[in-house]
Amino acid sequence: MKCFSRYLPYLFRPSSTILSSSCHTEADIISTVEFNPTGELLATGDKGGRVVVFQREQESKNQPHRRGEYNVYSTFQSHEPEFDYLKSLEIEEKINKIRWLPQQNAAYFLLSTNDKTVKLWKVSERDKRPEGYNLKDEEGRIRDPTTITALRPMDLMVEATPRRVFSNAHTYHINSISVNSDYETYMSTDDLRINLWNLEITNRSFNIVDIKPANMEMLTEVITAAEFQPSQCNTFVYSSSKGSIRLCDMRASALCDNHSKLFEEPEDPSNRSFFSEIISSISDVKFSHSGRYLMTRDYLTVKVWDLNMESKPLETYQVHDYLRSKLCSLYENDCIFDKFECVWNGSDSVIMTGSYNNFFRMFDRNTKRDVTLEASRENSKPRAILKPRKVCVGGKRRKDEISVDSLDFSKKILHSAWHPSENIIAVAATNNLYIFQDKVN
Amino acid sequence: MDVSAEAKRIMAVSISKLYASRAQRGGMRLHRSLLLSVVMRSARDLYHSACLAKEREELGTAHLVPVTPEEDAMDTTASGEQVEVEVSQVKPEPESPLTPTIHEPMSSDSEATQGACKTRTFIGKETVEDKENRSPVSPDRHSRKRRGKASVAPDFLPSKRARLSLELGEERVLRTGGRTCCRAGDVFTTLSLNSNRAIAAF
Repeated sequence: MKCFSRYLPYLFRPSSTILSSSCHTEADIISTVEFNPTGELLATGDKGGRVVVFQREQESKNQPHRRGEYNVYSTFQSHEPEFDYLKSLEIEEKINKIRWLPQQNAAYFLLSTNDKTVKLWKVSERDKRPEGYNLKDEEGRIRDPTTITALRPMDLMVEATPRRVFSNAHTYHINSISVNSDYETYMSTDDLRINLWNLEITNRSFNIVDIKPANMEMLTEVITAAEFQPSQCNTFVYSSSKGSIRLCDMRASALCDNHSKLFEEPEDPSNRSFFSEIISSISDVKFSHSGRYLMTRDYLTVKVWDLNMESKPLETYQVHDYLRSKLCSLYENDCIFDKFECVWNGSDSVIMTGSYNNFFRMFDRNTKRDVTLEASRENSKPRAILKPRKVCVGGKRRKDEISVDSLDFSKKILHSAWHPSENIIAVAATNNLYIFQDKVN
Repeated sequence: MDVSAEAKRIMAVSISKLYASRAQRGGMRLHRSLLLSVVMRSARDLYHSACLAKEREELGTAHLVPVTPEEDAMDTTASGEQVEVEVSQVKPEPESPLTPTIHEPMSSDSEATQGACKTRTFIGKETVEDKENRSPVSPDRHSRKRRGKASVAPDFLPSKRARLSLELGEERVLRTGGRTCCRAGDVFTTLSLNSNRAIAAF
């Protein structure tokens, strides 16, 4: 675990934020963070519908200490607020999820989605421009046709263009998108349905899961997240608000309403309360890079499941169990509805998830050790080392500890990302993006 | 009566949250509404059983016919708080006369009611929402729709039939329509004892 105590923090903020972090516009709140498959690019989406893409600097011998800093590469407005006239409802422009496509040529492609529409964006560089369109030169002489237009170097420009717009397929709010390992299809998930798309075709999608009951009064659970298995293009999972995960095989039938596997842990009757159902609702589900394990996040815990064992999770980690006695107040201030995400590191040995007070937690699956770190300006000076934090649950509070009642519940880390191969993490704290790097030499 | 007071408070909080979510940007969130209604239902169930227990204590068990929820109509609790509950009914909305809508306003106090009432939990569905002409949600509006105890029973049956066929009709429209068109999620709840329903009209 020693590497986690030595993180070099970097601090990034969207350029539109000119005020200090304590007062910011709602549109700047980061709503999703995602590294691309190589880790060279990092994309963030915010509530204002903007996407900011960061690119990692190439390593240079001249400035070794600036190895791999992330700088802004491209910024574009992905989604705008829309109005659904039929329902008289505004459609928020907030970016719910961004997923990168694997790189197949010089351009980068990503999918970004709001509540109703998925868009495929192409981010590409332009460093040459055609010049010289005149057929005659300044003196009126006709120019040699072979020299009329030529590509001349120009300042590097990064442009983002929308290549596909996948709309009108979701009645409910989209919560996930997942690119298939076949690189041809992807799925989009809303509360009750999952649709399968071909990346090339925008006017048609296939419904592969539909849990909408004939009578909506009989509704007991909704889909909260879904993801394709990273190596088997026929397999995907979806999680529910009741704490269960279903694994489906698209080869079995066209409509995957019947699951192949159901992962569910019986509820502990001693923990039963008014809020048992809310806190068991799964907010995020992620396959391990190996595809063998599944990680789920509910309000108080992170669980790792073995795909071969459906009856109970392999491992359960308490993120902030000290909140269990405070569920009523968390219900009143709406915090109990917060949807935390969870991420794997590249080797699937460490998992990370966020908490309140800008804390985030890491759990080492092998050593069973865990650490709580804080994303804040105070301990984010360059080359500072993140100090482990501790929440005091009662009794005597030690000097460095923070008591449960002092936690700031408005500062929550819902979204974070881990570089696919290195120990670099990106943590979104409201409108600030923190990038931490492990500086083991 | 700590437990029942807590339950009542949670019911009140849940209802106010459900109301607030109607004004939310982006429309009502199905997941959140579902969770809110689940909490409200468990709080209501607990409150009801606490009230029943208290009632039994007070009246004595010897001659008491078991008070079943279905039979009592609009009873008040022994604690003396009287909160009336709207009942479901078919009634054309003044703002959208084209289609009958099931409108289940909340009780005028934002507090949830006691359990011993004959009510149903379901959320009314407005097929055509005329936002412009809608009056804002207010306690006064609900009080106008209050029905007397006598009219509770007969109103149920016709409303159930009409509503089901309405829903089926809508489903057909939804399936065949090229563009998915869904109903404005207008959510009103009242409390019921037998109901195992969550959310309709999304």
